[in-house]
Amino acid sequence: MSAHDRVVDPFLDDAVPSLPPPRRRVRLDRTPVPVPETQDAPRRSAVRERGPGGPERMRVERLSVLYGEKPAVKDVSLPIHAGEALALIGPSGCGKTTLLRTLNRLTETTAGATREGRVLLDGVDVEQLEVTALRRRVAMVFQQPNPFPMSIFDNVAYAIRVQNKKRPGRRELEPQVADALRRAGLWDEVAGDLDRPALRLSGGQQQRLCIARAIATRPEVLLMDEPCSALDPRSTAVIEELIGELRRELAVVIVTHNLAQAHRVGDKVAFMYLGDLVEFGDAQQVFEDPRAERTRDYVAGAFG
Amino acid sequence: MAATIEAPAPVAPAPHQRPAPRGDRLSSWKWSHRLAFLTCWACGIALCAVTLAIVVYMGVRGIQYLNPELLFTRPTPGLQQHTTGGILDPIMGTVILTIIGIAIAVPLAVTSAVWLVEYGKPAPLARAVESGIEVVAGTPDIVIAIFGLAIFQLPILAPLSFTASGGGVFGRSFLAAGAMMSLIALPMVFGATREGLMSIPTHVREASWALGKTRICTIRTILLPQVRANVATGAALGMGRIVGDTAVVVVLLGATLQLEPQGDVPILGNLRGTGSTLTSYVYGASPAGEGNAPQKAYAAAFVLLLIVLTLNFAVDYLGRRKETR
Repeated sequence: MSAHDRVVDPFLDDAVPSLPPPRRRVRLDRTPVPVPETQDAPRRSAVRERGPGGPERMRVERLSVLYGEKPAVKDVSLPIHAGEALALIGPSGCGKTTLLRTLNRLTETTAGATREGRVLLDGVDVEQLEVTALRRRVAMVFQQPNPFPMSIFDNVAYAIRVQNKKRPGRRELEPQVADALRRAGLWDEVAGDLDRPALRLSGGQQQRLCIARAIATRPEVLLMDEPCSALDPRSTAVIEELIGELRRELAVVIVTHNLAQAHRVGDKVAFMYLGDLVEFGDAQQVFEDPRAERTRDYVAGAFG
Repeated sequence: MAATIEAPAPVAPAPHQRPAPRGDRLSSWKWSHRLAFLTCWACGIALCAVTLAIVVYMGVRGIQYLNPELLFTRPTPGLQQHTTGGILDPIMGTVILTIIGIAIAVPLAVTSAVWLVEYGKPAPLARAVESGIEVVAGTPDIVIAIFGLAIFQLPILAPLSFTASGGGVFGRSFLAAGAMMSLIALPMVFGATREGLMSIPTHVREASWALGKTRICTIRTILLPQVRANVATGAALGMGRIVGDTAVVVVLLGATLQLEPQGDVPILGNLRGTGSTLTSYVYGASPAGEGNAPQKAYAAAFVLLLIVLTLNFAVDYLGRRKETR
């Protein structure tokens, strides 16, 4: 469990695109193939070239979260690096989502939840930060696409404006909103009519709007709680590709039930089981050479 | 997981060979079930018949006696029916009272519903608020009226109501009646708002919080606009209750035939003064009262029914618009 201090070898990663066998086995899992192999390989290798992540952005130190007397997360320590995607995997109810929600202090809104240990953002305990400021720096995307019942423009503008001020006005916000939509890969589909109600969009578009909303304030960390589980395969593929793009500029933490997805998008993988962090390491290592028995069983079970 | 499993080849026979589908026919039911079914059916029809009877009867009578002149002339006391004037003042009274009552009830009900659903802490206080509103909803209107009288007859509240020349406080005015009427409408608005807020999934709130918005901001910009239709529905229901209430009018509004202002200030004087509404007018003009103008009672009752029906359709419309959105 001291796996996270293991040094990641960039040359090992570079070998990934040229090693199809493990990948193929993932696809036999009948999970959606995001993009054809020919497109997939160059994209991955391009991402790999930038090496294993940037500076450490967040650090979870001996974090335990309890709902009443029931522990949901037990003594978890993790680093989160800029420029890479961390995938949290594990069976249902193992504390992945709780861990994720603790990173932006959203567990506080649950009655009876208590916390031990620390979560650091750039070396500062998140408890010491103003919660609204923290959440603008650590944004979140939910399982259900949940745009607000307003226009597309207002959805993104709402995120940028401070609380419910009317200022800055539409003209000043236009470039920022367009930029956020562009980065979320939604611009081409909605540019013609930003005043359309957001709820008219398709599920996948709604989820990308939620991503645009989340990244509009230029956060440093993007938390994603099973962002694709309510979407169809095509939208899932689009969003996975988007995550690949987004992790260049920020740290992405993604909770997923889908091992294949964790393998596709994750640079690092953390396997949790009943609140414990069982294994943490480079995606390649966790999937192909897991050290813990439970990880091996889980990964193998889902693969086979 | 098995995405590659082929669907079984269709083996359906040609349509003319297929046996008729066996449905759930009434003739195959047990006798007791048939009886129960028929009873339910008959009860539904009976209810419709009663409603229809009321509307048709009142409609026929109302149209028979109603004329525009009646709507726009003030009532005057008189022994013969043709000397008693129209029903302008009761209509005005109904409108004024409804506006006052709803203007007090909506803010109170919405804020308390927001507090209860969005904060609701400490829990015992939340429970107390909830059961308090239930008690108010269950209190007979005459009890609310008497209680209002006790309050508004306090000398300190004298400026709000009708005062006799000797200085005695009657505790009767549009303000007093409106305040108590708001208690009658409040549970409706509260209930509708609470339902609306509770039907908004938690992840919508969390989405707003996760963008770094405060709870207040979330309530104002995300939640309240979403429950607007619920508030409107509740308000329409509450208005129906106010329009239809008699006890508070008789006890707290004085049920004087005409609007009788208190003091010289135009609008404020009316609010401090007494008056009547359609309900009290119908009672007074009917054979049960002293007005001796049964035809005008029918006309007024028809107007009252029209108002309530309009409000009901408004409720229906608002509710349906919310569903289709």
